[in-house]
Parts: sequence; C-alpha cells; structure tokens
Amino acid sequence: MEVFKHFKEFKMDVLREVGNIGAGNAATALSRLLNKPVDMAVPKVQLLPFEEISEKVGGAEQVVVAIFLRVEGEAPGNLFFILSPEAAKSLLNRLVGFPSETDGMFNEMEQSALCEIGNILAGSYLSSLADFTKLSMYPTVPALAMDMAGAILSFGLLQFGHMGDDALLIDTTFLEGDHEVEGQFFLIPDPDSFAKIFKSLGVPIDHD
Amino acid sequence: MIEEQSVVKVGMADLNVIQHSGIIRTVGLGSCVGLTMYDPQIKLAGMAHVMLPSSDIAREGQLNIAKYADTALPALLERLLELGASPLRIVAKMAGGSQMFTFAGSGDTMRIGPRNVESCKAKLAELRIRLIAEDTGGNYGRTIEMDASTGILHIRSVQTGVKEM
Repeated sequence: MEVFKHFKEFKMDVLREVGNIGAGNAATALSRLLNKPVDMAVPKVQLLPFEEISEKVGGAEQVVVAIFLRVEGEAPGNLFFILSPEAAKSLLNRLVGFPSETDGMFNEMEQSALCEIGNILAGSYLSSLADFTKLSMYPTVPALAMDMAGAILSFGLLQFGHMGDDALLIDTTFLEGDHEVEGQFFLIPDPDSFAKIFKSLGVPIDHD
Repeated sequence: MIEEQSVVKVGMADLNVIQHSGIIRTVGLGSCVGLTMYDPQIKLAGMAHVMLPSSDIAREGQLNIAKYADTALPALLERLLELGASPLRIVAKMAGGSQMFTFAGSGDTMRIGPRNVESCKAKLAELRIRLIAEDTGGNYGRTIEMDASTGILHIRSVQTGVKEM
C-alpha cells in the first residue's frame, strides 16, 4: 500500500484522465438516454482510509442505490454507480415512465430497469477505458442493491483489505441540468491493476 | 436534565471497549462481521468490526490485527481480560457476514461474508468463548450497537428494521 502514497502528482493526473474518459462517456450515454445535458465534475483521485470512502456518499449508514459491476480482464477492479433512492426514482420516471413515488422500495421491474441503466453506463465507462488503455476490460452482469453505503462499498474494498487500510478510488460526480438526477461513479481498480494501467499508457513505473 | 449517553464508535477493521454505561456501535456492516464480547458482572462490552477471515493472506507491512477474524478475536479478548473480565463469564454475539451481491459463478471473494462468519465461529471455539446469539447472513447491511449496562445488542437494517438480541 505504501507504494500508492508515493504516486506522484503526475500519476494521479493520469488516473484522473482515466476517470475523465470513462465517466465522460458514461455521462454522454446518460445524456442520450435522458435526452438532456448531463454535467460532470472533474474526477477526484484519492487514496482514502476505508472509513472515509462511505463519507463521500453521505456516511456509512446513508441508504443508497448502488449498481455494482466487477471488472474482469487485464486490469480487474470494482465499479459502482451510486444514486440516492430519490434520484433513482426520478431516473426511472423519466426513462421508463414509472411513477416516481418514493416509498423507499423498488419493485422487480424497477430493479431490472435500474440494472440495465447501470449496465449501459458502466459499459460505456469501461469500453472507453479499454480503448484508451488498450487493456481488455469487461464487466460482469450488474448487481443491484439498496442499502447502507458502508455495507455496499466495503464489498469493493476487499481486494485492498489484504494490503492496508486505504483504497485508491477514482470518483466522478455527474448531475443533470436541474439536479434531479445526481450520481457518482466509483472505480476502484484492484491494487495490482495500477501497474498495468500505467504501463499500457506508457507511464514509467519504476521511478516513483 | 437528560444525561447524554456516551457512544464509542468502532470503525471498519477496528475494535474497542466500553464499560458500565453507554453504547458501543459500528455502522454499515455488509460482508464484515461485528462481534461483541460481554462480561455481565463488570458490565464490560467489547466490539470488533472484522473485515476478512484470515491474516494468512495479508500483504500489508504493519498488520492491522483488528481486520482479520483470526487476530481480532484474541486481541479483543485480551483487552477484556486486561480490564478484569473473566473468560468464564464472557459471552459473544455476532452480526453481519452478509452477501451483498450475488453473481452466477461467484468466486471466493463473493462468499467473503459467510467465510468471515465461519472463521469467527472457529476462533471463538478455539478461545472457548460462548456464542449466545447471532444474526448473520442474508443480503443486507446492518448497524449494530450494544448497551454496556445491559449487554443487549440492537441490530438495525434498512429492510427488516430493528431487532434485539
């Protein structure tokens, strides 16, 4: 884990660009789905203690809707698409016309639709990333959960668990023009994937 | 005037104790296991938030003993004994160890919750600590808190509400 602490700013920039390209394409896909402009914040690349990662979505107990995909291939990792339950309802309402009452639950149709939306967005995130890095990356079938952020996100940290108490994540927030749909993409590459990403992008790895 | 209860927070891969009164709490347990040890006579409660089943696979330089079931449980027991608990009186409870996501062809990582639970149970048996209650498994997150004055464990989840044990 120490090795990540020595990542120079330059390498963080490279990872930020990775997030930028991935999330940029996903935001475009979302914008097409909604037929509305979608804004995206500059990605943040941070090495964070496990505890603080769920703070990014409102705390470990905050209930969130998460679509999770395990990334397989040459640079494996975990990809989360996270929304508030209200934003998820609003998204469903606009895309599929489901009523947007927020009783806090999602029926089977809604869950399936959310998974599919997650699949489309994550697919465009990953395929642009794969094009950029020339590494093969493909998502598993998405899984959906609505639960406490801590419980959900800790699942994506297990690969880091063996190595230390921090994880490096690439976080991108995007929001639709009128702020009704706001979501976050978390890409948490496995610890061993960083070297591969850097190598394929021609970043020297030896001289940190 | 209402006296405010003190709350001790246990983070992920962390352990702590509280005595006499107050609450010890850990939030957002998914595949992690929240394990408590309690000595009713001296009202001493300890809690560990275990993330992984075994330290054998650790690749970190400085081992965080609170992270792994096989190291966290002995460490927690030791803390209790140092504070005057008797191993014969200590009882354990645990919650968590769920499987948040399920996939076809799930590998071992996907089963981390059940493996955490198994590992905790094996370690408790080895330490000769009685497990008197558990709420493990499922596919949902839990927040748990123990009241040091009673040893009652409250378990809260989004889907099933609050239960006590």
